[in-house]
Parts: sequence; structure tokens; C-alpha cells
Amino acid sequence: MSLLEIQHLSVSYGNIQAVRSIDMALQEGERVCLIGANGAGKTTLLKAIAGMLPITHGSIHFGGHAITRLASYQIVHLGLALVPEGRGIFSRLSVQENLAMGAYIRRDKAAVQHETNEIYQRFPRLGERRNQPAGQLSGGEQQMLAIGRALLSRPRLLLLDEPSMGLAPMMVKTIFETIHDIAKRGVSVLLVEQNARLALATCERGLVMESGALTLQGASATLAQDAAIQKSYFGE
Amino acid sequence: MDIFVQQIINGLVLGSVYALVALGYTMVYGILELINFAHGEVTMIGAMVSLTVISALVGAGVDLPGVVIVLFGLLAAILVCMGVGFTIERLAYRPLRNAPRLAPLITAIGVSIVLQNIAMLIWGRQYISFPPILPQGRHQILGAMITDVQIAILVISVLLMLGLTLLVKKSRLGRAMRATAQSPQIAGLMGVNANTVISLTFILGSALAAVAGVMVSAYYGLAHYYMGFLLGLKAFSAAVLGGIGNLTGAVLGGLLLGVIESLGAGYIGDLTGGVLGSNYQDVFAFFILILVLLFRPSGLLGERVGERA
Repeated sequence: MSLLEIQHLSVSYGNIQAVRSIDMALQEGERVCLIGANGAGKTTLLKAIAGMLPITHGSIHFGGHAITRLASYQIVHLGLALVPEGRGIFSRLSVQENLAMGAYIRRDKAAVQHETNEIYQRFPRLGERRNQPAGQLSGGEQQMLAIGRALLSRPRLLLLDEPSMGLAPMMVKTIFETIHDIAKRGVSVLLVEQNARLALATCERGLVMESGALTLQGASATLAQDAAIQKSYFGE
Repeated sequence: MDIFVQQIINGLVLGSVYALVALGYTMVYGILELINFAHGEVTMIGAMVSLTVISALVGAGVDLPGVVIVLFGLLAAILVCMGVGFTIERLAYRPLRNAPRLAPLITAIGVSIVLQNIAMLIWGRQYISFPPILPQGRHQILGAMITDVQIAILVISVLLMLGLTLLVKKSRLGRAMRATAQSPQIAGLMGVNANTVISLTFILGSALAAVAGVMVSAYYGLAHYYMGFLLGLKAFSAAVLGGIGNLTGAVLGGLLLGVIESLGAGYIGDLTGGVLGSNYQDVFAFFILILVLLFRPSGLLGERVGERA
């Protein structure tokens, strides 16, 4: 059985249908990217999976559990974490406290401490600023914090919403290296990304979303060769 | 006797009671951006419940020291007020969580009136007096007088404020409260059940209100179904004065308001050549509130943290 299985999923905001009858599956250990134009419904889909939005129709199963009607605070216990668009760090909480929030559902203090130190080693800037309010970090540092925080819940599946948004190229590189490493450790990844070329290079499989529906899916290599995709999303 | 020092002491005692109540306003506002106007009434219920229990124990001729009897009353008040605070949020505010801001505000005023009337039905319209069972000791300090009850109020308030600060700043629950205050959705992604945190916030604030209610009735020796109104309004003013949403601000605002009110009451007669008497003391709280709102709308310690996108 797939790790994540979505059937006929629809999500509406009032009269506007943002996600239209989507079917998709994601296997354990797989990296999948979701590309599409602004307003195609990618963020809505991620939020719906993570339990942040009410679902109009359809069902979502994660790790064998029906999560369609669960709230986000329940879903995280099953091993699904979302790094939201705009990073969603707690700007008035310190860096350390943000990470502690990531481990909110865990009681194994020693392991959390160990993993927190690992995050500080990977992102030394976070370690240096652990006692400062997270709002004082740069955009890239905040993104690292958001990813580190999500990892501390020990997810089986990590949903990432536009992790490169508004970041300098160097920072984007660091972030994507991190995503690679995360995947190597066996965490499955569902990545929403504006930069289609980068997204397809990072993931094995790609989904293309247009006006709330999935219009195309396939292996990244195949999609990257697709003339329509090159025209619409690579700006060629 | 040194009137100035005396008024400062009286003001700090009064102010620490305001501060305890103000903390309840500011905690709820911090998380929900809701002014819980019924919070003053929770204080009143705390006073009433404790007096009922204390009077019953005294009436039954229970052979215990006065302090212990009052502690029983206090415990009962805390438990009842926790229940009242929880119920108010559950029944009156939660259904309106996503309603326009004015709806819960008006509901809060409604809850406040309902609680007053319930209290009136239970305890009647007359003043209820606090049995004289507490130690009546008086001590000289810096040329002024301080009573045992005043000392107890100051010490308990300080301990509670320190305890609350520790809880909010250091504990897992406190961190979840601050995270929820900033973004309930993101806190939810971390596994925080916002409803639980909000309920606990009301329960915590109501427990402090209960203590404040018992203190006020012990201090003035009286309780009345309408006492929560002015007390609540002043504590709310204190919270706004300090910067609503800010815990330190609520404490500072409460103490400041108490001292200003006390000094004002002590000197207004001299200042106005006897035209206005100390019964005008309530004017000061609101005069100061207006001044602060004019010159510093976010309050003395109002949060203006820069947030980089």
C-alpha cells in the first residue's frame, strides 16, 4: 500500500473549487514534486493533506490511516509534517523554542536534544542564534529553521511548500542539498516548487497541476523532456 | 505617620490584585485577541464562593485556625472559577471563534451580565461580609502601617506572578501558548491542539481571578454581586496601560494603576482644596487610561517586534 493515497480529492473556498477531484499516490521513500503556475492549487492541496483545510469530497489515507477528517495536530502524530509556504516560523519565539515546538509531540528528550544539536551542526547560523527571536533571522535561515523544526517531529513524509521562495541562489542550493539528504535518510518528500527545473532535478517523479486538477504526471526525466512543460514552466 | 509611604503601600497591595486580574485579560487577549469582559465577574464569583465556604465553616463551628478556613474557601473558589472560565469559553466564545470581532465582544458583555444576575439570584443583593477570622496584626514600616492581610496579598501575588511567568516562559505548555498566540494554524502543524491550549488559558486566568477575588473580599471585608464590574474594568485598564497581550505589562500596569489610584485618593482633597474627596479615586484609573491611549496606544510595554518576511 502507498504511504500517501489520495482519491477524488476536492477542496473549495466558498464557491471556488481550488482542488478538483485529484487522485495521486506516493510510495514510501519516494520524492515527488508538484509543479504548476501560481494559483493552480498546489498550496491548497498540501494544506488539505496536512489537515489545515476542510475537505469537500474524496479521501486521503496516510500510512494506512484515513486522515480525511483529522485535524493537523492529530495528523502530525502519524508522521506527516508540512513546511508551510512563507515558512511559518514563530517569529517572537527564539530559534531554540521554534525547534522545541517541532518536537512538541515527542517525549524522548535526550533524542530530541541530540537531533537539535545535529540541526545546529548542519546550520551553524541557527546554533549561533539559538537564543534570538526567530523573526530576526534572514529568509534563508528561517527556511532552514522551518525545515529543521519539521524534521524534529520525525516525519515519514515531509511536505515542502515553495522552500526556495524569495531566497538567494546560494541559499536555494543549500536548501535543496538538505532536501536531498533528508530523502537519503528514508523520509519521503512531496515538494511544491515554482522552479520546475530544480524541482524535477530533485525528485524522481513529477505531477503537474493546472486550475486545481492534475493534468500530467510521470518520471521527472520524461517530464523534463516534455515540450509543453519546457514551454510553460522552464521559460524556454 | 508618613502618608506618602502609606499610600504607596496601599497602592501596591491594591495594584497587585489588579495585576492578578489583568493577567487573565492579557493572556486571553494574547491568544484570541478577545477582551473577555466577563473576567471581572469570575473574580466576583471567586469572592462569593470563598465567602460561602468560609461562612459555612465558621457557622458550623469548625475548630481550625482562620487562615486554614480561608485557604479552604480559596481552594473552593479556585476550583469553581476554573470551571466557570472553562464553561464560558466553551459555550460562549468557541462557537464564535470565526465570527466577526464584534460578535464575541458583545457576547462577552452578555456573559458578564448573565453571571452578575446568577450571582444576584444565588447570593442576593446585599453586601456579604468577610468573617473576622484572619490575623489582624499591624506592623510599622518606614513610618507607615502594613497589616497581615496586606502582607499576605503582596506575597501571594508576587509568588503567583513569578509562577505564571515561569510557566509561560519555560514550560512546554507555556511555549505552546505563545506559539498558538502567534499562529494557531502553525502551532497545529506542530501537534498543538489549539482548543486545549485556549481552554487551559481560560482555566489559568480564572484561577488567578479567583485568588484576586478572595483577596479583595478579605482586604475590604466585603463582597457583592456587582463588585466584579469596576474591578474588572480597572484590571482591563491596567492590562491596556501595560500593553495588552504582554504579561509583564499587565503586572506593571496593575501596580502602577494601584499606586496612582491610592496616591490620588490620598491627595486629591489637598490638591482641590477639599472640593473633591477621596471617593473620586476611581476617576484616576480611567484618566490615566485615556492619557496612555492618547500618547502610547500600544501601552507601556506594547509589543512592536519587527518581523522580517
